Amino acid sequence: MIPELGHYALVLALFAAGVQTTLGLLGAKRRDAYWMLATGPAASTQFLFVTIAFLALTHAFVVSDFSVTTVAKYSHSTKPLLYKITGVWGNHEGSMLLWVLILAIFGQALVAFSKELSHTLRARVLGIQGFLSTGFLFFILFASNPFLRLDPAPMDGQGLNPLLQDPGLAFHPPFLYLGYVGFSVAFAFAIAGLLEGHIDSSWARRVRPWVLTAWAFLTIGIALGSWWAYYELGWGGFWFWDPVENASLLPWLAGTALLHSLSVVEKRESLKSWVVLLAILAFSLSLIGTFLVRSGVLVSVHAFATDPTRGIFILALLTLTIGGSLVLFAMRASKLKSVGNFEPLSREGGLLLNNLLLVTAAASVFLGTLYPLILEVLIDEKVSVGPPFFNVIVLPLLLPLVFAMGIGPYLPWKRADFLAILGRLWAVALAAFAVAGVIAALYSGKSFLALLGVGLAAWLFFSNLLLLAERIKLFRAGPSGSLARLHALPLSFFGMFVAHMGIAVLLAGITASTLWQTEQIRAMQSGNEVTIAGYRVRFEGVERISGPNYLSDRGTFRVTRGGREITNLTPERRYYPIEGQWTTEAAIYTTWLADLYAVLGEQADGDGPWAVRLYHNPLVPWIWIGAILAAFGGGLSLADRRYRVKGKPKTKITPKAEKG
Amino acid sequence: MRFSFLFPLFVFAGLLALFFTGLGHDPSIVPSPLVNRLAPEFNLPSLEAGEEGLKTADLMGTLTLVNFFASWCLPCKVEHPLLVKLKKEGRIRVVGINYKDKPKEAKRWLAERGNPYDRIGADSSGRVAIDWGVYGVPESYLVDQNGRIRWKHVGVLTPGDWHEDFVPLIKGFEK
Repeated sequence: MIPELGHYALVLALFAAGVQTTLGLLGAKRRDAYWMLATGPAASTQFLFVTIAFLALTHAFVVSDFSVTTVAKYSHSTKPLLYKITGVWGNHEGSMLLWVLILAIFGQALVAFSKELSHTLRARVLGIQGFLSTGFLFFILFASNPFLRLDPAPMDGQGLNPLLQDPGLAFHPPFLYLGYVGFSVAFAFAIAGLLEGHIDSSWARRVRPWVLTAWAFLTIGIALGSWWAYYELGWGGFWFWDPVENASLLPWLAGTALLHSLSVVEKRESLKSWVVLLAILAFSLSLIGTFLVRSGVLVSVHAFATDPTRGIFILALLTLTIGGSLVLFAMRASKLKSVGNFEPLSREGGLLLNNLLLVTAAASVFLGTLYPLILEVLIDEKVSVGPPFFNVIVLPLLLPLVFAMGIGPYLPWKRADFLAILGRLWAVALAAFAVAGVIAALYSGKSFLALLGVGLAAWLFFSNLLLLAERIKLFRAGPSGSLARLHALPLSFFGMFVAHMGIAVLLAGITASTLWQTEQIRAMQSGNEVTIAGYRVRFEGVERISGPNYLSDRGTFRVTRGGREITNLTPERRYYPIEGQWTTEAAIYTTWLADLYAVLGEQADGDGPWAVRLYHNPLVPWIWIGAILAAFGGGLSLADRRYRVKGKPKTKITPKAEKG
Repeated sequence: MRFSFLFPLFVFAGLLALFFTGLGHDPSIVPSPLVNRLAPEFNLPSLEAGEEGLKTADLMGTLTLVNFFASWCLPCKVEHPLLVKLKKEGRIRVVGINYKDKPKEAKRWLAERGNPYDRIGADSSGRVAIDWGVYGVPESYLVDQNGRIRWKHVGVLTPGDWHEDFVPLIKGFEK
């Protein structure tokens, strides 16, 4: 009964979304105030019904209702409750429902926080959101219905891929989707702006909080995914340039570019058509990211739904959404008049360079991800593009970007005196060289790239510190004067400060953990000892234990340093009989400056030695700390005063400027 | 309308063409180079001296399931009951290749759980498994009457795999 209610709620949500689209888009075109005002309630209705459907599916998973096909295929009665719940989105049908739920949540948030927009802009933005919901609800109902019944119902389910039964991955999809889908709001604003034929600084100010929200969630989502890959896949790495990882990186790069160029529109009314294109691009890449990998077009270990009929449906939806928006862009973009002029050396110019580097990086990653497909279609050959390609292409783009990040915030709008700024930054450059020099002297395993990475991280760090010091006139305005200035700085400044610091920390983490990783790969028997990075690791043996839905071989490693007990590492090799799969559970000891990472491999010949891999990964925790800092910076900016919703609705934002 | 504003649309049109063509390809099939080839040459002793071992010629004449297993392998225990059932049904001959194992332990293992194998070859060095392209135990191969490999299954053979992949092939060969 409850699954049928959920199914029915989805149908009602589809109708509500259709009404929302029609009222919003036609109402704005006809300037019909009643239609436009009714768009909000339509969006709320849609939100309500999608929520009911999602709860119904969650209920079916929690009570293990195996008469529902999705539950029978992806759940099992012995699975812990947490993974029963996260199993809701651990499969294609459920993850689509989560996608639409988040779309509806953003729609509802728009209803709540868009009261001060002009009536037509608000109606159009909600109308576009409704259009997206309509498309994807249609897709769910007709091509991936999660509520289909199974008759006869099996005694038990087939279980969830054990790799997905993990706390890191349980919360990875919701965050990722909050990021992906969050860009739909920027997309809706961009399309609405094109339909209005007008975009100005207040438009940019209204879009920015949504972009910040999506960007911060996406950053956390990507970090969670990479953290999971780090400790679960057992290779000691944190990024593998897998198509699915790339799919999440692409909208992040486009979204980062969008975030920065939005401020040019907001402050200088320039780069308007570019910003609109970026907003379309960020969401299009999110769509491609979510759906391309699920349609069987690309090969990836992550793609868990490969079905050509769905693929065609998805491609039709992409054509309609992305193609339609690009047609509109081609027709209308020339109407968006930019006002502010600027010299190449200026804040605007710096942000344009930032955009250029980010978009080029995105284009290269996109090309690298699609290259196997291009080759297969054109000359029928199977190839795979690996990390060497991406490292060679992306590093020369992102390292100059970090260098520019150290200068950009010093550039004034319109025109900058470059030499004067470099004059202020000499101390920063010196400090960065000093850090690189100390590292070069301390560590024997030095490579130019490592020193460059660490030097650039230090450059960004000190440049940021100096920026703060200059803003508060440290040592010049006296302690109380500086404190007063610190207090007066807008939150958006701290947002940028923290986010850029996060990138510095992230870069240091990536550099150190990739270039100074040490490893020991051994065949060990109990009692054997091995030394890695100053730690003595003694293999105590393996015991077989059984978990709630798996069997496990658990190894114990006693770690000492200079005779002092440090910890016991207990990596596992788990076997999930229901799903018939093995997983490795790495054991990690972290000092926050480095991780000691142990993986238990296979046992040779039944009772021979165990294959053991030990890694020492310097600064690897900084990667996630940096990402969290960056996301937190986004949150700080979001809390800035100028984005607060004002109580009184302003109806006169666009009409006066409607010339084009 | 400026031409440069049409550029993104052209790029997207190109992408769409690519995606539509790419949709027909099935990425999940990783072809095994050995499928539809003759089984590799091998000649293995049995677990116990005096018993007949297993060699390539033994695979001729009847449809055979070649199963790589080991007593130390946890998933092998999971698939074992299915093999025993297949032997009972008698629809297909099952032979085993005991991979990197001690004959004594393999014997005990089979004594405890029942022996589904018509014949067993002891591949204690793992050399034969390399020739067959075995990733790790368990793996199962369907070999036809002429000694040609027709299907390869990696990992635990579940009843579902058996009915979906093997049974249709076997029906084809029985005609």
